[in-house]
Amino acid sequence: MAANVGTVAELVGSSEQLILPEWIDLQKKAGSLNTGRITENELVSQSREFLHLLRDGLAKGGSDASNPAYGPAKQLLADVSRSRALQGFSPSETATFVFSLKQPLFNTLNRNSTLSPAQAAELTWSVTLLLDELGLFTLEVFQKSREEVIVRQQREIAELSTPVVKLWDGILALPLIGTLDSQRTQVVMENLLQTIVDSEAAIAIIDITGVPTVDTLTAQHLLKTVAAARLMGADCIVSGIRPQIAQTMVHLGVELNVVSKATLADALAVALERTGRAVTKQKRQAASEQTKTPAEKGQ
Amino acid sequence: MDRIPILKFGNALLVTIQVDMHDRLATALEEDLTSKIVEYGAKGVLIDISALEIVDSFIGRMLDNIAAVSRILDADTVVVGMRPAVAITLVELGLSLTGVKTALNVERGMALIHARLKTSDSEDDDAED
Repeated sequence: MAANVGTVAELVGSSEQLILPEWIDLQKKAGSLNTGRITENELVSQSREFLHLLRDGLAKGGSDASNPAYGPAKQLLADVSRSRALQGFSPSETATFVFSLKQPLFNTLNRNSTLSPAQAAELTWSVTLLLDELGLFTLEVFQKSREEVIVRQQREIAELSTPVVKLWDGILALPLIGTLDSQRTQVVMENLLQTIVDSEAAIAIIDITGVPTVDTLTAQHLLKTVAAARLMGADCIVSGIRPQIAQTMVHLGVELNVVSKATLADALAVALERTGRAVTKQKRQAASEQTKTPAEKGQ
Repeated sequence: MDRIPILKFGNALLVTIQVDMHDRLATALEEDLTSKIVEYGAKGVLIDISALEIVDSFIGRMLDNIAAVSRILDADTVVVGMRPAVAITLVELGLSLTGVKTALNVERGMALIHARLKTSDSEDDDAED
């Protein structure tokens, strides 16, 4: 059997000049170049290299795709698949790279007159199995690369969406945007506590205007953050609870045993008052002066 | 055996934990602190844990205990300088030390104790009047 597959290897080697153009034509027909994401040169060189590696694999490893002889071929497939996943190819476009090789290979087997029909059928079958396996491998790598992209983006979003803002001396604000899961809570907490230490803040305002839903779990995460900040010696105020969310929270029986204010502005006013400051309107100095600027008074 | 020094600071006691706490050290501190509060008639206890890097549930409970005991002896406990990692650990352990007052650093902790002493002084004055 292995000797037979060896024949295929020889055939692939000897009729490469026939197989390669036919294969590339098929790939073009399937639309691999239409999107303009890779150039024809790249496609040709990838195809040629894969054909060589497949020939080596067939010669040494028989028709079993798990044979180590297929290692280099798989490596190439993995690279191609990964780069296509990042370039935004669809899964079927990526798998076409391998599957479109079937037809040229079968044509080559049929053209060969030294093989009996039975032998040709048998070889066709083993080559089909082999290419199917390689095609599935391509898809698996594709899927994995896409998942890596998603995980990386999640991490970036988590980092981007948790800024800690200094509102005043000793007053910090933490505008939360998006859902609060345990992983994000961890990032938020660490960020907030570190900033409390760095800026010696006494009050932290957690603004949840951007949090779409507050369920019992989210509330628990909020409370954890508040408790940790309190342990560090900073008071927390929660602000920006939307009317619907407030209703839902009451219906669910969620209790936030912390100071809460409707808007960030109210929370800031409380924070300023607690740190012994007040914002007052400036009296108009002259008739020409139209602008009113808030001025810090006290302390 | 090692003991953690307890310093008298006006009406308050100052404890700075500089070493890693082990359980026996924690128990000893609890006992020493209790007797010192009575001996000096302290009104406040300031525990600085800014050098403490590792806490477990036992140390967390010890802090809570110290606070409870001091409260019975009419002294306020303020824990200052807790590190972020320690705070997160305590919260994850479910110990939010509700009976303990906290402050960011020794200075603010002292201000808290003094504020309390002042209000109680004025209450005494009112009572005399």
